[in-house]
Amino acid sequence: MPVLSRRRFLKISSGAVGLTAAGGFAGPNLSELMAAPVPGDEIRTVPTFCDICFWKCGAIAYTKNGQLWKVEGNPEDPLSRGRLCPRGTGGVGAHYDPQRLTAPLLRREKRGQEEWVEVTWDEALGFIAEKMQVIKKTHGPEAMALFSHGIGGTFFKQAFKAYGTPNIAAPSYAQCRGPRDVGFNLTFGEGVSTPERTDIRNAQCLTLIGSHLGENMHNTQVQEFAEAIEKGASIIVVDPRFSIAASKAKYYLPIKPGTDMALLLAWMNVLVNEELYDKPYVEEYGFGFEAFQAEIAPYTPEWAYPKTGITPRMIRDTAREMARYKPASLVHPGRHVTWYGDDAQRSRAIALLNALLGSWGRKGGFWSPVSMDVPGYPHPPYPDSERGKADNPGHKYPFADGALTTGIREATLTGEPYPIKGWFVYATNLMQALPNREETIRAIQGLDLMVVVDVIPSEIAGWADVVLPESIYLERHDDLNVEWFRDPFIALRQPVVESPADQKPNWWMARELAKKLGLGAYFPWNDIHEYLDQRLQAGGYSLADLEQHGIIRGDKQPVFFDEGLVPEFYTPSGKIEFFSLQLQEAGFDPVPKFNPPAEPPPGHFRLLYGRAPMHSFSRTQTNPLLAEMMEENEVWLNADIARRLGFESGQYVRLKNQDGVVSNPIRVKATQRIRGDCVYMVHGFGHTARGLGKAYLKGASDAQLITRYETDPLMGGSGMNVNFVSLELEA
Amino acid sequence: MARFGMVIDTTKCVACMDCVVACKTENEVPEGLCRDWIVQEVKGAFPELQMEIRSERCNHCDNPPCVDCCPTGASHVEPLGLTVQVTGDVCIGCKACLASCPYDARYIHPEGYADKCTFCMHRVVEGLEPACVAVCPTRCMYFGDLDDPNSQVSRLIRSRKGHTLLPEAGTKPRIHFLT
Repeated sequence: MPVLSRRRFLKISSGAVGLTAAGGFAGPNLSELMAAPVPGDEIRTVPTFCDICFWKCGAIAYTKNGQLWKVEGNPEDPLSRGRLCPRGTGGVGAHYDPQRLTAPLLRREKRGQEEWVEVTWDEALGFIAEKMQVIKKTHGPEAMALFSHGIGGTFFKQAFKAYGTPNIAAPSYAQCRGPRDVGFNLTFGEGVSTPERTDIRNAQCLTLIGSHLGENMHNTQVQEFAEAIEKGASIIVVDPRFSIAASKAKYYLPIKPGTDMALLLAWMNVLVNEELYDKPYVEEYGFGFEAFQAEIAPYTPEWAYPKTGITPRMIRDTAREMARYKPASLVHPGRHVTWYGDDAQRSRAIALLNALLGSWGRKGGFWSPVSMDVPGYPHPPYPDSERGKADNPGHKYPFADGALTTGIREATLTGEPYPIKGWFVYATNLMQALPNREETIRAIQGLDLMVVVDVIPSEIAGWADVVLPESIYLERHDDLNVEWFRDPFIALRQPVVESPADQKPNWWMARELAKKLGLGAYFPWNDIHEYLDQRLQAGGYSLADLEQHGIIRGDKQPVFFDEGLVPEFYTPSGKIEFFSLQLQEAGFDPVPKFNPPAEPPPGHFRLLYGRAPMHSFSRTQTNPLLAEMMEENEVWLNADIARRLGFESGQYVRLKNQDGVVSNPIRVKATQRIRGDCVYMVHGFGHTARGLGKAYLKGASDAQLITRYETDPLMGGSGMNVNFVSLELEA
Repeated sequence: MARFGMVIDTTKCVACMDCVVACKTENEVPEGLCRDWIVQEVKGAFPELQMEIRSERCNHCDNPPCVDCCPTGASHVEPLGLTVQVTGDVCIGCKACLASCPYDARYIHPEGYADKCTFCMHRVVEGLEPACVAVCPTRCMYFGDLDDPNSQVSRLIRSRKGHTLLPEAGTKPRIHFLT
C-alpha cells in the first residue's frame, strides 16, 4: 500500500488520539481522530467499495497512524468516478458509531422488549442451528425465511439455499423497485436493473416523475444529472413537491398526487396525435401499436387537466419538448416506485412513453448493461424444494418475478400455503421498510426463531431472539462485485481497519452457521481470501491486482444499438409490446388505464415520503457525522395552509393517520415548496429502538403511519402513498 | 502572486452536503460546528418558484474586516494565495472577528480560538484541491487563482452570469456563485 506523508499548513492543535480497539467503546472524539495529518503521521490507503447504500461505489479509505481517517472516491471506479456522496464520505462515522452492536446477544425477556444477555459466537450460532434443525424436522426447511438486503447477504443466501428453503426476499422488490422492473419487462422484455441503465449524462431532455435526484443520492445518477445540467439538457420535473431537481427544471409540473398515470396517457396521446413519436423505431420494433393508438385516443390533455391539475398547454408543451430531443430524451423510470398499487402499470406507461421517444437502446436513453465473466465458486447442488416458495401461492400475482416480503409475512401470519416458523433477517430494518408494522409484529410473535444480523440495535433487532453484530464494510471482505453496468468491472471490498469489538463479517457467520447445520460442504474454502482468489483465478484475474487497485475494468462493449448492439426484446412477440397480450390473457389492461386516487378526508393530507442525501433508509441516523448533517426529519406543509391552520416552522406536531396511529413529535417545515393537499417527510427517522442513542425518538417515522397499503395486482408490490394524516400541535 | 478564490455553480449543486461532511473529515471541525454550509434560497409562491442552492464558507475577502479588527494579529492575510487565516496560538478568543464578518463564517473553537475555512491550504500546498471541491459529486465547485486570467475560475467568472454575497458590505468577497 502506498504510504503518504503530509504536513499541515496551520498547526492549531494536537494530532490524533488513540482509540481503544476493543472493550470500553465509548463515543470517541471524532474531530481529533479526523484531524489533518501532522509531520510524521503514517498515512495508509486501502481501496474498497462503499456500503452505506447499495450503490457500491469504489472508494479509497485512509488510515492515519492505524486509525480510520477518511474515505474518498476511487478514480478508477466507473460508479463513483473518484467522488463519493455525503454518505460515503461520512462512512467513517459508521466505524466510530457509539451505538454499534458489540457482541452476540440472546433474548432474555419477551420479544420486542430489547433485553438481552451477551453470549459467545459459539453459543449464539449453536442456539440458532439447534432451532433451525428443529424447524426443519417439524415443518420442513421451507419454514425458514431469509430477508436480506445488499451484497453482504450473498453468503447467507448460499447457506439458506443449502439448508433447503426457497423463501429468500428483500424489501427492495415489493417495497421499492419491483413494479418498475415488471412494467419495463412487460414492455421491453427486460427490467431497468440496478444501477439503473439510464444514460442521463447524454440525455438532451430528461423527465423526472417523482424521482428526486440529488435528494435521492444515487451517486452515478446524481453525477450524470449535474453533467446533463451543465450540457444544457432540458429538464422536466413532475412532483407534488418542488424538489431539488424541480429547481433545475425548465418545466415544473406540480401534479396532484396519484394522478401521474393520467399525465403519462395524455403525453402519449399528444405524441401519437401530433405524430411526434419516433415512427421508424416504432414501426421496426413495436408490436400492437394500432391497438395501443386506439386505446389512448380518449386521453387528451383536456381530459387529463382536471385530474392532474396540469394545464393542457403545459402537457402539450412538455410532450413537444420531449419529442424535440428524441431519441436522446429520457423519461426516468424512478427507483422507489411503490406508491399507489397500480405501480407496475404506471411503470409500463413510462416504458411506453420511452418507446414512443425511441430512447430504449439509444444514446441519451437506456444502455444495455454488460459484465465480466467471473465464475461462481463451485459448490454441491442445492436441494430442491418440493413445496416451492410461500410468498405468492397459486401465482396470485402472476407477474411477480421476485420474492415478496409481504407474501412471506402473510404466510407467516396465516400458515398458508404452509407454516413459516423462522425468520433470519440480514441488514434490513423490516420495521421501517414494510407497510403496516402491526402485521409484522404479529407475524414475528408467531415464530419459533427470529434472528437479526445488524450493525446497530435497530427496531427489527429489538424483536430478535438472537442478534448477531456485523463488522461494518470498512472492516470486512465481501463477495466480489461483478457489476452489470455500461462499463464492465470487478470491485473488491476489503478490510481497512479491524472491528472495534466482537463483531464478525457476514461470510464468517454464514459459514460457521452452515458448519453447525452440517452444511459445511457448501463452503469448501478455509477463508475468504481463498474464496476470492479462486473465483478470480477462474476468471483469469488476480486478487493481488484487485487488492492494490480495488477495481479491474473490462473491455468496452457495445451498449447502444448504434454501437452495434443487436436490438433484442425478450417479450412474447420479440418486440416492444405497445399492446400486451400476456396482460390481456391474465385479465389485466393490455394498455395502462387511469384509476383516480382516493381523496383525503377533510382536514387530512396525503402522506408522501422520500430521501435525504445524507441518510440511507433507517440505518445511518446514529452515524455521528451524518446525524450532524441531518439530526431529525421535518414535516413539509404548504406555507399558506400552515398559516391558515396556525402552524409555524419549527413547531413540533404529531401526525395522526386515518387509522388513529399517532407519530412521534416532528417539526413543521412551512414552505412554498409543496402543494396544499399533501405533506412530505424524509424516510428513516422516528426510531423507537432504545439502543439507538441520540437517534431514539428523533423525528417521525413514515413507516409507522403507513398502516394502509394497496397491493399491486400484477406483481404484489406495496403501494404506500395511500395514507392520510392530520396534524396536532405538540403541547 | 496568486489570489485564491472559488467559483461555485449553483445550477449544478444539489445541496447534498458532501462538502460539509468532507470538510469535517478532512479538518478537525468539532461536533456541532462547521466551516462550510448549505443555503437554499427560495423565491416566489408555489408553484412559481426559484431556488438558489449555495455552498457557503469564508469568502477570504480582499478587504477582510476580520483582519482589520483583530487586536492581536491572529487573523491575518497569508502571503500564499492571499488567503485569510487564523493563528490559533495568537488568538485570544475576543470574538471581534465573529462580529465583524458579514458572512457569519467564523466560530470559536472549543479550545478558545476563532476558527473557519482555510481553503484547505494544507492540501493546496500539496497540489490538491480543497476537500470540499475535491469531493463534490456534482463537480460544481472550482478553486484557483483569480489573478490569473487563464485560470478556470477566471474564465468561468468572465463567461457566466453570477454574483458574490453581500457585495455592498465592501469586503470584496472571493467566492463567486454562478447562476
